[in-house]
Amino acid sequence: MALNRDFIGRTFPPSQPYEVSRVKIREFADAIGDQNPVYRDQEAAKAAGHPDVIAPPTFPIVVSLVDNGLADPGLGLDYAMVVHGEQRFEYTRPLRAGDVIVSTGTITEIRSIGKNEKLVLETEIRTVEGELVCKSYNTIVERGV
Amino acid sequence: MAATVKYADVEVGTELPLRSFPVDRANLVQYAGASGDFNPIHWRESVAKAVGLPDVIAHGMYTMAQGGRFVTDWVGDPGAVVDYGVRFSSPVVVPDEGGATLEISGRVEEKLDDNKVVVALTARSADQKVLTRAKAVVRLA
Repeated sequence: MALNRDFIGRTFPPSQPYEVSRVKIREFADAIGDQNPVYRDQEAAKAAGHPDVIAPPTFPIVVSLVDNGLADPGLGLDYAMVVHGEQRFEYTRPLRAGDVIVSTGTITEIRSIGKNEKLVLETEIRTVEGELVCKSYNTIVERGV
Repeated sequence: MAATVKYADVEVGTELPLRSFPVDRANLVQYAGASGDFNPIHWRESVAKAVGLPDVIAHGMYTMAQGGRFVTDWVGDPGAVVDYGVRFSSPVVVPDEGGATLEISGRVEEKLDDNKVVVALTARSADQKVLTRAKAVVRLA
């Protein structure tokens, strides 16, 4: 189904603040099978120059997809038909335990590719103090039938 | 700190040796829980087939995470990654029995200023390229 073009350029309200915890980072690192000590051990993280354990590079997906507005019924997205097309992160610094972050998503592109609909969501992930930590560029494809 | 690979020691064309990453259904269930992505195409064969997929497929982000791990293990410090992007070109099909294998290799594609290099990744599963345009920019020592 065609997505609502009125959503191009729309910025959604910021997410609720999300506190990045050591436990969540470790759980995520376990789930991707990554045993790197900078994700688990504060001393190892400090030895590597970080104030606390850091999160793996793909961890921001956990927060970029919370309350991101794509569930707005006005957009007309059928989640059952969605596949992930592309993903990119630009990092100012790694996310780390203790960060309290807010993500704000903007739909920058919607267009048809054959029977499919392509949508690009850019998300800024900032600390509650306003520091930009990471930008996420998420391209999803709604498969047409 | 703390990249262990030195900028001066790599050239355009430096290879990151191939590694294999097995993936099975238990990995996908665990990743669903940790990431919050509970789309049933990643754990229920009947749902995957009903939407036209050959079988359960891995989360794209799971595959991307393995590529990230491949790069950060090479660099020595995950904090050295300044940019990482991929295109999901083909799904990683994960059968109930035996699972699947991801094979990832890399190559230094470009040297930038400020000790940064672009690493281009190749990721395959069952003879299909599962990632294209997969690139990480990392800051070396």
